[in-house]
Amino acid sequence: MGDTGTGICHSYTEDGRCVSLLKILLTNHCIFDCAYCVTRKSNDIQRAAFKIQEVVDLTINFYRRNYIEGLFLSSGIFKSADHTMERLIAVAKKLREEENFNGYIHLKSIPGASDELMYEAGLYADRLSVNIEIPTISGLKLLAPDKKHEDFIKPMLKVKNEIIRYTEEKKIIRSTAKYAPAGQSTQMIVGATGESDKDIMYSATHFYKNYNMKRVYYSGYVPISTDSRLPALGSEVPMLRENRLYQTDWLLRFYGFNVNEILDTEHPNLDMDIDPKLMWALRNLNHFPVDINKADKSVLARIPGIGMGSVHKIINGRKFRNLSWEHLKKMGVALNRAKYFIICNSTDWERRDLDAARIKGMILQSSNSKYKNHYSNQLSLFN
Amino acid sequence: MNATKTLIYDGSFNGFLTAVFIAFEQKLPHADIQRQGQIQNGLFAETETIFTNVEKAQRVWNGVRKKSNTAIKHIYFAYQSEQKNIESLLYHYIRKLMGSKINGPTNFSDDCVLKINQIAHKVGREKHRMEAFVRFQLTKDTVYFANIEPDYDVLPLISKHFRNRYADQQWLIYDLKRKYGLFYDLHKVEIISLDLTDVHTNSIQKSAVFTDEEYEYQNLWSNYFKSTTNTFQRKKKRFKV
Repeated sequence: MGDTGTGICHSYTEDGRCVSLLKILLTNHCIFDCAYCVTRKSNDIQRAAFKIQEVVDLTINFYRRNYIEGLFLSSGIFKSADHTMERLIAVAKKLREEENFNGYIHLKSIPGASDELMYEAGLYADRLSVNIEIPTISGLKLLAPDKKHEDFIKPMLKVKNEIIRYTEEKKIIRSTAKYAPAGQSTQMIVGATGESDKDIMYSATHFYKNYNMKRVYYSGYVPISTDSRLPALGSEVPMLRENRLYQTDWLLRFYGFNVNEILDTEHPNLDMDIDPKLMWALRNLNHFPVDINKADKSVLARIPGIGMGSVHKIINGRKFRNLSWEHLKKMGVALNRAKYFIICNSTDWERRDLDAARIKGMILQSSNSKYKNHYSNQLSLFN
Repeated sequence: MNATKTLIYDGSFNGFLTAVFIAFEQKLPHADIQRQGQIQNGLFAETETIFTNVEKAQRVWNGVRKKSNTAIKHIYFAYQSEQKNIESLLYHYIRKLMGSKINGPTNFSDDCVLKINQIAHKVGREKHRMEAFVRFQLTKDTVYFANIEPDYDVLPLISKHFRNRYADQQWLIYDLKRKYGLFYDLHKVEIISLDLTDVHTNSIQKSAVFTDEEYEYQNLWSNYFKSTTNTFQRKKKRFKV
């Protein structure tokens, strides 16, 4: 033990800490027949279900031994959406009220669950999520014909409105009962329906903006079926693509980028061999070089190879003296990428008039990505 | 002669702060502050033994706090690293901080500030690891027991986390390396030392001090862990070299 790399789902609390969760599926019974899902109705597998008390006992005993920080509870859908949602809530309520459990609880909102139940769920859970799974409506029709787009949206909207109501009321009445303090999130499957990176990121932006999502998760499709609508068994899980999508997500949330700066109709997909910030910079060389000792924070944040940690150090460090290559290196700036885009307190900088392709070539030559051997495979997947 | 002087303190954090106070008082540009018992003397260096004085320690602490809360945290964390010569580096750091017009340890173009920043981060990561990976076992007298062997002396740093999280259960976390532990009795946390020769700590060598149920939960957990690993083939691939 001692490695949460596998099996334990990582999540983030309100204050940004990562937590490891006990991830349980209440049952794999399901009335739906979604092609991408291993518990789909038509799949011939053994079905089982936990009793409510069993989940409570497991959770509290693992928690008291410090194996886990909380519970991530999801479920297949037996009978109806409301019936299932009620059982999920019962687990959370028991944990909070009978066991004094103060750990983290993440509940799945079951598509189609009623507003009353969604309200109750938020009283006991830290976070709620509805996985929209398929980023495009046409993809949803193809792969999950029983599910309606509105069924996903309805609980999402209810949770959003309750969170807004809670924050408003809290300003006036301090004792207002907490409602889903860690907000709501959603997940999309990547690589199941031939959608573009643009489809995915525009859809994610929509959810961030209109539903106050805390996080959107991107999950590379793991082939589990011989269904002809889906990638064949044995196709590689698009992990590099997943990674690039997360990088883009970070650029949108923390680095001040707009989604249409990175992806548009002319560039519907991310480059697999370089990160999205470098990709943007190479398309916008007219913004560079940037003077490290003078530029605004928002401009520094757009330089490839400089993360927000380094931006912070640069801004504070340069109050004391003009920064040189040596300083930047010690602060942890990835100079192999950054050096083509900056000038600093040194007479030594990139003077050659290099075009984007040359810079990209030189960076790739000098870098050593852990994904390097993925490029050839992954690229052919998306052509 | 170089103006370095060796100050010897008792190994407590207050003792270290007292030494810093004395060094400031004597306007030493460099101070070689060493723990008693681990002294490595320069052949001709002048030495002085420091007697811990809580009041003087407090004055240093408050002085730093006025400058920066981040610095307070970095100093305390870096001190817990127990690295060789950390005391002298910290003295240098505090001198820089107090002499600077800008509040806060933000001069990231300075080697000393960067170094302390990095060490404090390392200790912070160890603290985080210990908070995540302490594994309690339930003893028959209803104490949740765990032992750890952290790289740095993080017990004082993790005390609050466990006090808040497990306020309604008795627990004991023991540092095997440094031979002391924290015991929470539902009211307060105490520092204790134990003779730990006969406490077995894994499910292969079962010990009668733990409840029977304890091993069932350990089995359930390891089964859960194994089964999740199998289904997540994608993860295995990621870690393949």
